[in-house]
Amino acid sequence: MSGKEYRTITDVKGPLVFLEKTEPVAFGEIVQLRLTDGTMKNGQVLDTSDDMVVVQVFEGTAGVDLGSSVKFMGDVFKLPVSKDLIGRILDGAGRPRDGGPAIVAEGEADIIGAAINPYSRQSPHDFIQTGISAIDCCTTLVRGQKLPIFSASGLPHNDIALQIARQAKLKGSDEEFIVVFCAMGITAEEYNFFRSDLERTGALENAVLFVNLADDPAVERLITPRLALTAAEYLAFEQDYHVLVVYTDVTNYCDALRQIGAAREEVPGRRGYPGYMYTDLAMLYERAGLVKGKKGSITQFPILTMPGDDITHPIPDLSGYITEGQIVISRELHGSGIYPPINVLPSLSRLMGGCIGEKTTREDHKSVSDQMYAAYAQGRELRGLVAIVGEDALNERDKQLLDFSGLFEDKFLRQSRDENRSIDETLDLCWDLMQNISTKYLVRLDQKWIDKYHPTEKK
Amino acid sequence: MSDENGVIYRISGPVVTATGIRSRMYEVVRVGHEGLMGEVIELHGDKSVIQVYEDTSGIRPGEPVVRTGQTLSVQLGPGLLTQIYDGIQRPLPVLEKTMGTFIERGVDADGLDLEKVWDFEATVSVGDEVAPGAVIGTVQETETIVHKVMLPPNHSGKVASIESGSFNVTQTVCTLEDGTEIQMMQKWPVRTPRPYHQKYAPDTPLITGMRILDFLFPLAKGGAAGIPGPFGSGKTVTQQSLAKYSDAQIVVYIGCGERGNEMTEVLDEFPHLIDPNTGKPLMNRTVMIANTSNMPVAAREASVYTGITIAEYFRDMGYDVALMADSTSRWAEAMREISSRLEEMPGEEGYPAYLSSRLAEFYERAGRVETLEGEDGSVTVIGAVSPPGGDISEPVSQGTLRIVKVFWGLDAGLARQRHFPAINWLSSYSLYPQSLDQWFRDNIATDFPEIRTEISSLLQVEAELQEIVQLVGSDALPVDQQLTLEVARMIREFFLQQNGFHDVDAYTGLEQQYKMAKAILTFQDSAKKALAAGGLLEDVVNVPARTNLMRDRFEPGYVDRVDGLVDEMNQQIAAAAEEN
Repeated sequence: MSGKEYRTITDVKGPLVFLEKTEPVAFGEIVQLRLTDGTMKNGQVLDTSDDMVVVQVFEGTAGVDLGSSVKFMGDVFKLPVSKDLIGRILDGAGRPRDGGPAIVAEGEADIIGAAINPYSRQSPHDFIQTGISAIDCCTTLVRGQKLPIFSASGLPHNDIALQIARQAKLKGSDEEFIVVFCAMGITAEEYNFFRSDLERTGALENAVLFVNLADDPAVERLITPRLALTAAEYLAFEQDYHVLVVYTDVTNYCDALRQIGAAREEVPGRRGYPGYMYTDLAMLYERAGLVKGKKGSITQFPILTMPGDDITHPIPDLSGYITEGQIVISRELHGSGIYPPINVLPSLSRLMGGCIGEKTTREDHKSVSDQMYAAYAQGRELRGLVAIVGEDALNERDKQLLDFSGLFEDKFLRQSRDENRSIDETLDLCWDLMQNISTKYLVRLDQKWIDKYHPTEKK
Repeated sequence: MSDENGVIYRISGPVVTATGIRSRMYEVVRVGHEGLMGEVIELHGDKSVIQVYEDTSGIRPGEPVVRTGQTLSVQLGPGLLTQIYDGIQRPLPVLEKTMGTFIERGVDADGLDLEKVWDFEATVSVGDEVAPGAVIGTVQETETIVHKVMLPPNHSGKVASIESGSFNVTQTVCTLEDGTEIQMMQKWPVRTPRPYHQKYAPDTPLITGMRILDFLFPLAKGGAAGIPGPFGSGKTVTQQSLAKYSDAQIVVYIGCGERGNEMTEVLDEFPHLIDPNTGKPLMNRTVMIANTSNMPVAAREASVYTGITIAEYFRDMGYDVALMADSTSRWAEAMREISSRLEEMPGEEGYPAYLSSRLAEFYERAGRVETLEGEDGSVTVIGAVSPPGGDISEPVSQGTLRIVKVFWGLDAGLARQRHFPAINWLSSYSLYPQSLDQWFRDNIATDFPEIRTEISSLLQVEAELQEIVQLVGSDALPVDQQLTLEVARMIREFFLQQNGFHDVDAYTGLEQQYKMAKAILTFQDSAKKALAAGGLLEDVVNVPARTNLMRDRFEPGYVDRVDGLVDEMNQQIAAAAEEN
């Protein structure tokens, strides 16, 4: 491709630059802008025709004038990939941020990423022990799953994500995960928190960080997760690593998407977000899983903050339709001082059924998990009734369930930030707590498990 | 530059504009040096607007656009069953072979295996007059399904030659006197419904084995149903149960814009599942279409049409076909995305103004028909809808509800209580009972419709009573109303809840459904008598035989034991009354 520079900008609008009279430019092509003061900026072609080319500028269009020159680089956005990525910190556009040398590429990968052929996928079924009881017992994480944290402002989702990144391992295996961490528009403070924690635990050596902070260009956020996932795919499917991708905050990503949509005067969908947001998010979330014939895997842990704690907001809503479940953080539990404040009732792991049981976790897992869930759900419901009619009006069963719901939160949910419970410890804890309910009310438990595991009634 | 072909003028995501091409609407064209597949969706002076079924990154203005002269079509013939396709009928196993794990672009693949040889058995003879759609021979396509080779709907005449033997799908098996050569494979444009003689009113239920569906909200063979529900409410599980257990002869399952792992699960599971109606692997009757959420959006738009055309083709052989589309919302969103790229004036929530007519056209391709051959065939369509935030006042849900006659409303609240299937019995409806009641009376029990009415009115009454209970607690209700609550609870826990993953419970035959419903009403009657005789509510409802009756349904052969268990329950209830 020739290195022609064009000075044919006609319009600049928000993050977009419009120019005319170019040679044929490829859709998705990478662009370099040189401003009149010599500053360089990068961009990507969003719309191309014989007459007009639309470029989105990653660093924002501040300082761009009609005299700025534009150079088309002849290729779509690619990430240089190599095993050397491990241990590095890169910025939101993939340039070193840690003062280290440029990545020596073993290859280049298109960051858009092709879809995995569903026929080539392998069903995820390996249990990941996170050491957090609420997750391991009730919304079990599976290797190759995409399980987001639905949180909201002011809640400790970062602590939970870090704890998972630190503790996650396959049961009975020392195999470590490579953590690919992708920051999208988070504050420097949050980033430092993540970074220092990874440093403190030595996890940084086994991590790749892509960082776009709140004061970095918003448009750049649209490529940051794609870079991270491209790196993850390379490490998983070319280098056989098991990769855990943590990215935060999807809400900032979606807002950047909306910004571009608005600048292009697109017809907006719900709440001003573009109509293609579902497809766009799917192109991130679906880059998880296992494929036949490859040893590695990608497990995704996206974090999103629900605006106004509203789970029906388009961002959590569309995410929930794509991801394989969700872990919902509750402000109420957080308010009552419980960490991790995971509300198991709206939380869900769609892949759990296939990965728990005798061969992977423990034979009584399903039964115990169902019973814990049901008893807690009923106990919580009774709290509403008690507020009206008083505790005395409850019958024996309801009283036990009500008390149990308190214990559930205090003993089962609550654990410290560095407490790593094995699945056996978690399940034993469940049995311990279920002693507080008469066995005749524990209808979801199979008798054979009561005989085997119940602390006082076992035979 | 030839008159026929042109060059790219503009590229905007999946929408490409070409100039210098004289194309027809909905014609398939090849775009760019890589020959990406696209379809003309708008003509504008000398510009043709094309939706491209593959990723367009890296394509430049000035690259060629080549006409094919064809509209988007599917290949129909032996080899469809057990196959899994993408949205434009490319077999996924073939794509894996040619391009590996990731779906690259610019690869063509035939929908049918053109090499595979089938045993064709002629059913007409030389000299026979054959009309359009006439069956001229058969092929044993899978263990359970006989594929009927039909004359394409636009041909007729006198058979000049025909012979049985081994052929692949492109070899001529029959010639007509006018010289037309007939192969086993025919092509049909996906956006055009296949012809039939006439549509009938449906009069047979599609039996699904799911109690709440068959008993309370039955769907007719040839009918259309919508399943709206928020995420996590069990749409996909319900659709998959229907694909597994419904008594259709052919199942077409479209995974439209859904999760990749879910399709993999179906692929892993179906070959090992046994069809309860034939005792053979389910895969034998199944065609799957998978366009996951990250696959190109235009192909998602096409996937629904690809699926229904295949369904109609099997219908034309005289089969009862069930088509599951999961989820039609993703299809509608694909339309919205394309429409917005075309800068069309939007209707509600950014959806194109033609959304509801497209939905109607699609569901209207369902129906029970007299085929061209004079046989009885049907296509039943069951579409999942994923309303944003679970709010069904949105355009796709509303557009769907205006057309379908069965509404199975999934409820996040029920799902959260782990009540599955989480179908809300108060908001769901079916408009088929009137036309199906005769069938139920003739085939199951003469009082079947009456029992259904009683069960659903009990549930209504419960809903009203629950409002009071919320305020004052159940103890404050009179005893007869407390009994009603108990009976309704039995309906919910014993009858409506069903474990789709349990070997026995996942499928319940109609006779057993009827007996279970009847058992609940019997319990109500005998409990009422016992109460009148002075029994205490607590004693009456807690008789062990009732627990047995309810629990035993998880064991095989339950249908034969129900009556005995009910008798036992009645005796114990009567005894409980006497004790006082």
